[in-house]
Amino acid sequence: MKRFFGFVKKEFQHIFRDKRTLLILFGLPVVMIILFGFVVTTEIRDVEVGIWDRSMDQTSIRATQKIFSSGYFIPAGYIDHEAEIGELFRSGKAKVVVVFEEGFERNLLRENQAAIKIITDASDANAAQLTLTYLQGVLMNYFQSLNRDVELPWSIDIKSRMFYNEEMKGVYMFIPGLMAMILMLISALMTSVTIAREKEFGTMELLLASPLKPREIILGKVTPYVFLSFTNALTILLLGFLVFDVPMHGNIWLLMGECMLFITLALSLGVLISTIVKTQQMAMFMSLLALMLPTILLSGFIFPVDNMPKVLQWFSAIMPPRWFIVIVKNIMLKGSGFAFIWKETLILFGMTLFFILAAVKRFQIRLN
Amino acid sequence: MLPIIFVVPVVQMILLTYAASLEMKGISMAVVDQDYSQTSRQLVSHFKGSPFFEINFVTNNYQEAEDELTNDNVDVILHMQHDFEKKLYREKYTDLQLVVNAINATEAGLINAYCTQIITAFNGQGNNAVFEIIPRYWYNPLLDFKIYMFSGILVIIVTLIGMLLTALNLVREKEMGTTEQINVTPIRKYQFIMAKLLPFMVIALFELAFGLLIGRLLFGLPIVGSLGLLFLFTCVYLLTVLGIGLFLSTISNTQQQLMYMAFFFMLTFILMSGVFTPTDSMPAWAQKINLVNPVAYFMRVIRMILLKGSGFADISREFYSLCLYATLILTLAITNYRKTT
Repeated sequence: MKRFFGFVKKEFQHIFRDKRTLLILFGLPVVMIILFGFVVTTEIRDVEVGIWDRSMDQTSIRATQKIFSSGYFIPAGYIDHEAEIGELFRSGKAKVVVVFEEGFERNLLRENQAAIKIITDASDANAAQLTLTYLQGVLMNYFQSLNRDVELPWSIDIKSRMFYNEEMKGVYMFIPGLMAMILMLISALMTSVTIAREKEFGTMELLLASPLKPREIILGKVTPYVFLSFTNALTILLLGFLVFDVPMHGNIWLLMGECMLFITLALSLGVLISTIVKTQQMAMFMSLLALMLPTILLSGFIFPVDNMPKVLQWFSAIMPPRWFIVIVKNIMLKGSGFAFIWKETLILFGMTLFFILAAVKRFQIRLN
Repeated sequence: MLPIIFVVPVVQMILLTYAASLEMKGISMAVVDQDYSQTSRQLVSHFKGSPFFEINFVTNNYQEAEDELTNDNVDVILHMQHDFEKKLYREKYTDLQLVVNAINATEAGLINAYCTQIITAFNGQGNNAVFEIIPRYWYNPLLDFKIYMFSGILVIIVTLIGMLLTALNLVREKEMGTTEQINVTPIRKYQFIMAKLLPFMVIALFELAFGLLIGRLLFGLPIVGSLGLLFLFTCVYLLTVLGIGLFLSTISNTQQQLMYMAFFFMLTFILMSGVFTPTDSMPAWAQKINLVNPVAYFMRVIRMILLKGSGFADISREFYSLCLYATLILTLAITNYRKTT
């Protein structure tokens, strides 16, 4: 046992000696939270709108004013040719152009019908759709206020309630995803790289020849990363709570337990990767390409899993972060108890077991 | 190493392009109809008719519907109380409740907007439509999100190869001690660095061409603008990225150190570049930071050239900015690189 602790101490010293890496390790969650909390938002804000007002009457001018006073849009200038629309889009000066038809007000008054054309730069389809929805909302509101004296036969009032996230903060979505990403990064990437390093330099042979048992070597290698990962998970939770008021509705100990399970999973995955690769570069590319991008894109972190094609939904089902994110969301935001998440927990547990067994098997083969 | 450089990116390009969608379809809805009148059934049938909604749960007990929401089986609850129709006839006015699962705020906003659209249309029935909004989607009339995501993922892969591989390669020589052997040869510093940079630049350019081909064949990626212009811009971009990689390699001693640093910068650069979300909606300070983010320039330009056919005049500002950037960072990196230790 003493031998083992000595080895763990050495590994800790390895990590703490490298101040620059340490800074990045602890700085990463902070920077990521700030990025996701403030920068990477799918909200609509300050979208440049070009106006082509072919009638320039009171109604169209008022409608234009309404658009720009809504807070979502800023003017990109007035145009008076069709060709200018293309110019605005190609130079990236505007994302939307609103066209009021000729005689807009006259048509509205006389024929009870007038058209507004909204042309969007749909090269970014998602943003184009969102922008259009917002713009329609603003215009609808304005025209409804114009028609206030016109009696509708009847009307239904909508009372919307935003469950679990009354203020519609994007960060609610990101905290669980970020935890999954950072735990995966530190546990899987760092472990695989650090073990691959010993292999690449040939020092693994020295370690194996020492009286330490192979399992002690591996356990000793991963122990420091358990602490690092756990500290980072706590940092993210704390920052979310302090900076963005992300609530903690469920049981904190249950959440900690699930974090430990996920960390174990990621570490065993890291060990498994390290048994496959020969160099640090390979280890890093495996972890980075095979783990990071799918963690970000396939886990429901940014893009909802339900919207993906069926094949990708299956892929997503074998991504451990996906289940972890569901668990964290349920515990933190919905306050669910273990009864609601036992299935996901079981899946993670099964995956962990699989990775450990596979790693043990590969490791023994290598020794022969 | 070679399969990782070529096979993995291709798989990524194909898989992830399909994954990255914010498009809403099949929103799962629970209906709590405690009124069960003609009007309430009519309204529900409007939701049934919409391609966006799937009604998966019908009940007259609100609590049951809320349990479904908690279990993630439904995204939104449409709740009509027992006096829904009566009130409408008596007071010409009634209300209903929408309960949206808002953990994903963007999704919730869209769901709410779609519901409102349907209910508003239902409201206006029997009344003359007073104005009409005609949407037009330029460059992408079918609103195919894939081509947008594809170009973004292409940028990530080119950057990954440009920045990371070069830097790793250089540090590896340093760590293994083989740099010293190079140092005693008569080869000049700039010759050594150029020889190191060139192969990766060629690989990255090849990867871009390969990616464009895949995009063209699989996703029908439109190539509206000039390919020559795109490759010219990519060269300048790669010089910048390689310069950053080189600089990072001069300030780190081991591959591990470099990996974490490169990883940190790349993740930050890529997330801020607007690959998933529009840069316009970022706060002003973030847009200032983006001035030193080469990925943001490339992300913007590749989409402008490929999807909209922008010409040199449209991207000249980005082009000259990156030229300046490349010169500065390469000079800095080469001066910082010590051949003699």
